[in-house]
Amino acid sequence: MTTTSETGTPEAFQPADNGAGKAASYAAASEWRLMWYKFSRHRLAVICGIIVLLLYVVAAFVEFVAPYDPEAQNPASAYQAPTRIHFVDADGQFHLRPFVYGTSSQRNLDTFELEFVEDTSARHHLSLFVQGDDYRLWGLFPSNLHLFGVEDADARVYLLGADRQGRDLLSRIIHGTRLSMSIGLAGVVMSFFIGIVVGGVSGYFGGTIDIVTQRIIEFVRSMPTIPLWLGLAAALPSNWSVMQVYFAITVILSLIGWTGLAQVVRGRALALREEDFIMAARLCGTSRTRIIFKHMVPSFMSHIIAALTLAVPEMIIAETALSFLGLGLRYPAISWGVLLQEAQNLRSVALAPWLLAPGAMVVIAVLALNFLGDGLRDAADPYRR
Amino acid sequence: MSAIEPAFTPAGRRLLDVKGLTKHYPITRGLLRREVGRVRAVDDVTFHVDEGETLGLVGESGCGKTSTGRCLLRAIDPTDGQIIFDRGDGKPVDIAQSEGGSLKALRRDMQMIFQDPFSSLNPRWTLLDLVGEPLVAFGVSKGKALEERVAYLLERVGLRPEYMRRYPHAFSGGERQRIGIARALALNPRLVVADEPVSALDVSVRAQTLNLLEELQQELGLTYLFISHDLSVVQHICDRVVVMYVGKVVEVAKTADLYFTPRHPYTEALLSAVPKPDPEQQSSRIVLQGEVADPSNIPSGCAFHPRCPYAIEKCRTVVPVLETIGDGQQVRCHRAHELSLRGVE
Amino acid sequence: MTDQAMPADMLLDVRDLRTGFALREGYVRAVDGASFHVRRGETIGVVGESGCGKSITARTILRIAGTSDDSLAGKVIFRRSSGEVTDLLELPHSGREIRRIRGAEIAMIFQEPMTAFSPVHTIGNQIIEAIRLHQSISKEEARTAAVDMLRRVEMSSAEKRIDAYPHQLSGGMRQRAMIAMALVCRPQLLLADEPTTALDVTTQAQILGLIRQLKDDLGMSVMMITHDLGVVAETAQTVAVMYLGKVVEMADVKSLFRDPKHPYTRALLASIPKLGRRAGEPLHPVKGMVPSPFNRPIGCPFHTRCPSAMPGICEKSMPGKTTVAGGHTVSCFLFGEGDKAEEQSA
Repeated sequence: MTTTSETGTPEAFQPADNGAGKAASYAAASEWRLMWYKFSRHRLAVICGIIVLLLYVVAAFVEFVAPYDPEAQNPASAYQAPTRIHFVDADGQFHLRPFVYGTSSQRNLDTFELEFVEDTSARHHLSLFVQGDDYRLWGLFPSNLHLFGVEDADARVYLLGADRQGRDLLSRIIHGTRLSMSIGLAGVVMSFFIGIVVGGVSGYFGGTIDIVTQRIIEFVRSMPTIPLWLGLAAALPSNWSVMQVYFAITVILSLIGWTGLAQVVRGRALALREEDFIMAARLCGTSRTRIIFKHMVPSFMSHIIAALTLAVPEMIIAETALSFLGLGLRYPAISWGVLLQEAQNLRSVALAPWLLAPGAMVVIAVLALNFLGDGLRDAADPYRR
Repeated sequence: MSAIEPAFTPAGRRLLDVKGLTKHYPITRGLLRREVGRVRAVDDVTFHVDEGETLGLVGESGCGKTSTGRCLLRAIDPTDGQIIFDRGDGKPVDIAQSEGGSLKALRRDMQMIFQDPFSSLNPRWTLLDLVGEPLVAFGVSKGKALEERVAYLLERVGLRPEYMRRYPHAFSGGERQRIGIARALALNPRLVVADEPVSALDVSVRAQTLNLLEELQQELGLTYLFISHDLSVVQHICDRVVVMYVGKVVEVAKTADLYFTPRHPYTEALLSAVPKPDPEQQSSRIVLQGEVADPSNIPSGCAFHPRCPYAIEKCRTVVPVLETIGDGQQVRCHRAHELSLRGVE
Repeated sequence: MTDQAMPADMLLDVRDLRTGFALREGYVRAVDGASFHVRRGETIGVVGESGCGKSITARTILRIAGTSDDSLAGKVIFRRSSGEVTDLLELPHSGREIRRIRGAEIAMIFQEPMTAFSPVHTIGNQIIEAIRLHQSISKEEARTAAVDMLRRVEMSSAEKRIDAYPHQLSGGMRQRAMIAMALVCRPQLLLADEPTTALDVTTQAQILGLIRQLKDDLGMSVMMITHDLGVVAETAQTVAVMYLGKVVEMADVKSLFRDPKHPYTRALLASIPKLGRRAGEPLHPVKGMVPSPFNRPIGCPFHTRCPSAMPGICEKSMPGKTTVAGGHTVSCFLFGEGDKAEEQSA
């Protein structure tokens, strides 16, 4: 009969520990640490993650980040082109601080077009944390501090140009970030609940329940989404407030969006039911609730986070499309889709192509979320062999 | 105690008495799940396990050995039959009929070691959580006491207790199997069902694990139901062996009797088919024709008759019963009395 | 070239083969100086545990290992059916030359037949395709040849089964179909990678018997890759034992089992339970675990687990191949530093 030290393994561990602390920290790394190791090697996903994070920070502090009140009209600046930022003044002198010149508009009597002319007599330096239009942060805290702007209250800087009413487009896009990015989140949270419940029930119980829910999901998925949205959105009363419309749109989007999540949850639940460690837990006398919350839910949490991230951009696109068609959010709400409505007619696009900038924001946000989601999905199962 | 047959080895008390255990899986079609057939995974299986022994359960894939083991632990619910478990308090209970609290109480006394050391451990849990899971589930210990018990268990199976904060991904297959063994032993069970505990391990690591299981048995007085397809391992570790073929027990005997004087033609063929790691001892072998019968479409009469070299007309039509011949060897074969079969050398 | 000279009865000579994978966790030296040779008409058993590089060795011979070309070193000298002698490692891995050899001169079968077959074509069409890839004959002739081959692998009602899809066959039948596909072009060498590991013992006995019989009928050589010493004892005439990417011992099957030299071979044989009268003997386990491929020991790969390791020697350098008896070589310092003089060319 051999003793444990002969049959045993303590010696066998030593080679693995030769890598010193690194091996030990890997050995003691939790699932989230392992996921982070894997995710952080996905360079593009990390960059996109930072972009997404920035977008949500901006969305949280729009009033502060935007240089102007998005509704502040300035008829003199209608369709004004993006202001040029200068480092070198009209005399050819270099300045370390960027500055802009004031502009005045005048009608060109040959072409009858409005032209903007820089008034090079006074430089207006761009500064951080300037005082400007009054606002209430989150509708609560009165302030007039803005992230950047020009100190001189008379001069205005239009980094992305102005719209028909001479409103600063950049400020409007920044304000649009809040609705556009949050409607994605809110829609996903709603579909998350529907998806988890339906998918969980379907996968956990299996059998006839599973077959029936699967057919329902397939039915919902087979409906053409655009006409359905159009129909549902058109049914919204036109006298609803911005908030009411916002929530109604969220519900409409998530009524269709939950199916993908339900399928992810169902797939994971079905796979987990077959895992030996679930049976092992049962045979250890672990209660059903404990199995669900300590074994099953943590096992698919990471997959769900990845699926959620991939669902957000779908919601953003859907909102943009609806609002663009005038069936989603409406004035006075500001979202990227609403802003794009102004770019609907050819004439204004030809005259002021910067009106398409909100579209670029949609592209950036959607791409960033997609790459982030891909990275998360790849990292979601660090134990795959 | 049981009217079915006398105990082979009066040495041990009878711990488990399995009578007529049956597990059928319905084959269903369509949305209404109409039953169109049945997979007879386990079909009227009867055997017993004495306290302190290692009973081997052998057979090829699809013979129902794993389903039988799982029914005993109520990992799956048997369709029919009795599983009488005697915990020594004079009140034998039928595992097959236990539910809820009484079933949970039974789980303290019976545990399982899994085949796959990877999927049987939740990768998100530390060794402390994994090995301590049964202790927590039964509220046996927590906090410091739990850590001490887990440390003892880890040490007992040859792992360093300081590794209890580590996760299973840092361990090799053989080490993980030790973690699984430590978990199975946490509650001091009487019966351990080991389902192919070494077949997923590297050859050079198997012997460690087998020796560990033997040591633990002697030290803790464990009873093993050892499920395996590897006849060499079974001969090494088991006291008695049950041979199954397509859901039915075809032979039960003490290990030496079964290996040296098999009574069922299937046992003979199985033993003959095992490749022997000795090039100078290669005897002519019985190569069976065809393949294991489909448990959803079992041949008439004796399920083994289409492959049996000794089959006669009766085998095609009449289902043989399990009968005791000689020195308590049980066999399910019409010709058991007349055949003289070859065992291993 | 002189260093490619081989005795006439030699079919394949693998010399100091090295290959590996660059993974995120680091570089894995999957095969780390493996040398062995295969004679005409013999079965060589390559035994080892998971991660010892036995499968990668076989795949590297066919140049399907998926390792990068610059990780390759050593020689794989093969005598082609034309009599010409080629180093397979020098051929481009997707070039015409190697594709002519694959399937036609060296064929491979796997543990899981479903990986060899496409699920969307009948096995017959896949076998016919394999024939017509290497021989210019008509479809009808190829079909006749395929049915003939299926009969040779003892597939019952071969004319009917030829039109079956892989999933319609049982595990044993699929294995037979894969063997038929591998042998239909009459290769000189069959690489069998754990061909019976997934099968039941009774089916395993059928398949092993079949491979043995076909080897004799077709006069080919077989490289039987397995972790099961029983399978080796039963099928092979020569055995190469691999551990962590190296061939540590090579001998004819009888000497290897009767008089194993390398401590690893000895430990392995002492650790497996044996069927029969000796069953009661205690098992002597190999201590420790197989090291992780990212963390290979320096020096002799087995020294961390070896009962006869000599401190100061074994962890310093890798022992060379020493001939202990005719055709019995071992890489272990217990038996010498290694044969310096020749490269086994006699």
